[in-house]
Amino acid sequence: MIDALNAGIALLLLGLAIWTIVARDTFAAIVGYVAYGLLLTLAWVALGGVDVALTEAAIGGGLTGVLLLRAAAQLRRTEAASNAERPGLPMRLAAAIVAGGVAVALAIVVLAPAGPAPTLVPEVAANIAATGVGNPITAVLLAFRAIDTLLEAIVLLFALIGVWSLAPDRVWGGRPGPRYRADPDGTLAYLARLLPPIGIIVGVYIFWIGADAPGGKFQGATILAAMWLLAMMAGLADAPPVGRRRLRAALVAGPVVFIAVGAAGVATAGAFLAYPEGLAKPLILVIEWALLPSLALTLGLIMAGAPQRPEDR
Amino acid sequence: MSAATLLGLCAAALVGVGVYGFIVNPQPLRKILAFNVVGSGVFLLFGAVARRGAALGWGGDPVPQALLITGIVVAFSATALAVTLLLRLADEADSVTLASDAPAPAPAEPHAARDA
Repeated sequence: MIDALNAGIALLLLGLAIWTIVARDTFAAIVGYVAYGLLLTLAWVALGGVDVALTEAAIGGGLTGVLLLRAAAQLRRTEAASNAERPGLPMRLAAAIVAGGVAVALAIVVLAPAGPAPTLVPEVAANIAATGVGNPITAVLLAFRAIDTLLEAIVLLFALIGVWSLAPDRVWGGRPGPRYRADPDGTLAYLARLLPPIGIIVGVYIFWIGADAPGGKFQGATILAAMWLLAMMAGLADAPPVGRRRLRAALVAGPVVFIAVGAAGVATAGAFLAYPEGLAKPLILVIEWALLPSLALTLGLIMAGAPQRPEDR
Repeated sequence: MSAATLLGLCAAALVGVGVYGFIVNPQPLRKILAFNVVGSGVFLLFGAVARRGAALGWGGDPVPQALLITGIVVAFSATALAVTLLLRLADEADSVTLASDAPAPAPAEPHAARDA
């Protein structure tokens, strides 16, 4: 029964991926990609990675889908010209051969007979008690591989700086995106008033429960950013000017606290991002609480895009 | 066939489909979309590896899964940067093309209408 379910998910994934590639209309292709992302969430649950499933649903399917949909709407006028450049049959055959070769090589790797699979579960299980968290993924993210999480937060900031740097000179430091105006009596404005309080509670809960159950700050921050984006798109809130110092201070506060905790670890426990005996859980909480607002702001501003309006509009 | 092997094979096929779409589709936005399909296939493959590492009653090896969460977030930030670059190119050149023999964009004229 479970095998049939997994086989069904695998076939649907393949079908949706093919639809995403061959669909003529870009909008239809991206809608297919959002459905593909949600189905991928089920595949992740079948593989036993519930934390990854949450992240895929929030960021992989949700945020990436919205990003691509908005881009498709803005690029609609260029679609006809680009379609004229479709490659001919020889190029398609060569591409199919290359793609088939890559797929077959990976399939051989998957099916290769192997001895006992390498695993780090015993090491994690032996050391997780010292971190004070119950969720092994959170323990890996914030205790065993905390440097990866720090660099990930900084990569997000770099992406945001890259997005901001693409503003035209005349609106440098201005507000991202157009001024959205929705009918104040319409469904969008109603939803944008109804959903954010619930969404904020859900987001903070998912962040908090990540210490002992599937969840965590990336998933929670994505939900908070999504609520902010909903309010912006309904015209109930406006994007802040990106030149504001307080906004920029709030964005870097999280990574700065993370680096400070890491530097303190050099003095007290002998290595960058090492936690002193018994202080692991409190320090992890400090890092998480500092990162949550910064991450939510960063994700929301990355989605809002490059500045398009001067500050006073 | 276990879930790990089945979804691993599916992931290999997804990577192949994405590579084909990346090469064949002329529009940059469709190339970004195909690149995301490739990325999700690679992540799924790594997830099958994590599932194979299940031991001691745990559902999977948590270290690859944690690395995958990092990977999904970084892939999203790269996609966001690529899409913003594309939108800026569309604003400046009024067409999006990766063809090297396309006519050069007209010298930038003051966008008076936009400043209004």
